Amino acid sequence: MDNLTMTTPERTVMEDVDQPAEPPPADESAPACTFRVKNLSIWYGEKRAIDNVTLDIVSNAVSAIIGPSGCGKSTFIRALNRMHELVPKTRVEGTVLLHGEDLYSNDVDPAIVRRRVGMVFQKSNPFPTMSIGENVIVGLRLNGVRDRKFLNERLEKSLRMAALWDEVKDDLHKPGTSLSGGQQQRLCIARALAVEPEVLLMDEPCSALDPIATAKIEELIYELKAKYTIVTVTHNMQQAGRISDYTAFFYLGRLIEFGPTTKIFTNPSERQTEDYITGRFG
Amino acid sequence: MAVAASMAVEERSAQTRMALPSRFGEKAFEWLTLAMALAVVVLVILIGWQLWHGSSLAIRKFGFHFLTTSTWDPVAEQFGALPFIYGTLVSSLIALLIAVPLSIATAAYLTELAPLWIRQPLVSLIEMLAAIPSVILGLWGIFVMIPWLREYPFPLLKRFLGWTPFFTGPIYGPSMLAGGIIIAIMILPIITSFSREILRSVPDLQREAAYALGATRWEATRIAVLSYAKKGLFGAVILGLGRALGETMAVTMVIGNTPQIAASLFQPGYTLASVIANEFTEATTDIYLQALFEIGLVLFGVTILVNLLAQLLLRTITTTSATRAVQ
Repeated sequence: MDNLTMTTPERTVMEDVDQPAEPPPADESAPACTFRVKNLSIWYGEKRAIDNVTLDIVSNAVSAIIGPSGCGKSTFIRALNRMHELVPKTRVEGTVLLHGEDLYSNDVDPAIVRRRVGMVFQKSNPFPTMSIGENVIVGLRLNGVRDRKFLNERLEKSLRMAALWDEVKDDLHKPGTSLSGGQQQRLCIARALAVEPEVLLMDEPCSALDPIATAKIEELIYELKAKYTIVTVTHNMQQAGRISDYTAFFYLGRLIEFGPTTKIFTNPSERQTEDYITGRFG
Repeated sequence: MAVAASMAVEERSAQTRMALPSRFGEKAFEWLTLAMALAVVVLVILIGWQLWHGSSLAIRKFGFHFLTTSTWDPVAEQFGALPFIYGTLVSSLIALLIAVPLSIATAAYLTELAPLWIRQPLVSLIEMLAAIPSVILGLWGIFVMIPWLREYPFPLLKRFLGWTPFFTGPIYGPSMLAGGIIIAIMILPIITSFSREILRSVPDLQREAAYALGATRWEATRIAVLSYAKKGLFGAVILGLGRALGETMAVTMVIGNTPQIAASLFQPGYTLASVIANEFTEATTDIYLQALFEIGLVLFGVTILVNLLAQLLLRTITTTSATRAVQ
């Protein structure tokens, strides 16, 4: 964590956005922002996937990114921890500030960005050669943590936070892949939480799960926002409505509308947003 | 009405007509593939039987001693295969020790690290290495590799590792070590290209999992790619070993062809495949020819045995990790 030093989150008024009706920071008028994205454009080769997006991600809240397939939701969320760079020939313009620090400045190591901004994927991906326990602490191990006691504490804490501890506490030595799909996804959440990131990105975390497992993850997301800032991509309108405090609607790489979920869903200012939410296209 | 009804009947019969041949096709396909699969098994059994049959006289005459004695004297009609078995196993082991780390590292570089523009040219070069005829590689071994080895690496090895029994005694050039190195060069492209395919088949989701935790490229390669592909890589090594055990021409040209068992790798050796290649034209007496046939049988047996052992090893590794996991 040395390249990117911590600074206190700036408190700023979000532009172009009405004040949230009730939820998170119930205090004064300005919610704290974890990410401030300014004029972000991303190219894959010649193709522009994200076109001049500006938005702020509020701390300790759930922000949902919605939009039809290919609208750039995944690219946008991956740009928040520089995961999109795994695809060759990407190019970025604009700035992404995490607590005021530019993730894309030259002296920033993407590995350290990713330690601070955790991620959970569409399909659960525990490491098949590792046990459940090893899967959870692998991130700490990568950071060079060797202290057995500390690792065990963090193991239990992370699994508890991921609401998985009671189900697996006697089976920590079994392979991570021996769990059910929903449990595997919660294991991946525990793995991401174990390194204590500042933000948790979720790229359609429930799209491969059955309704019961989905409900568990949604409940978990609701609980986690007390401690974490969460950004999630979802295809499911109801889910966005249920779990998120803010919603951003993307279409063809552009941010069409962003605001408190209640407003986006009940009284969107853009015609396209309304059409998408009501199922008229996409 | 009547027309419509007859059309309906015709349609239905067309459907039934379609159903039958396709079920026949299914069966035919099943039998055909089964026959092909069996053909391979039959072929292996036939080769084994042929070798057995061709060496029955020698087997009866020398019995088990053939495998445990070291005399190879065609004039006195004394034949023992032990030095050849030793030579084959040791040269293959040396080859694996050199080729496996190189191949897997190359494959990892090609799939995980190399810039895109360099990948295809490198892959083509490695494939070209596989296309070099064995005898050309042997010539290169005799005229280029051995003089160089004798000049620089061998004396260095002797100086620093001379205290072990493996690097002592005079340095001739043609030696077990030279044989092992030439086999390593021959199996390198095979293990590399198989390993590369295996690493490429590791799902990107696994890599992403590692990178999302803040892994560096080396860490992601280690925890997400190599360990995921462990079993497949082991298979690639076994395929390389199969080639190494049977490798003939190039190794014959550089190993020195002396049937002896020496601890020092600077000493010449002899392999099962080499002795067959060298001596089958001179095998004038029946028992000599039979002994060479038996050498072939032993090589066949050693190859199968080593493969079986490797499979067993693989199974033990995987089941112990599974049982450890269950405990």
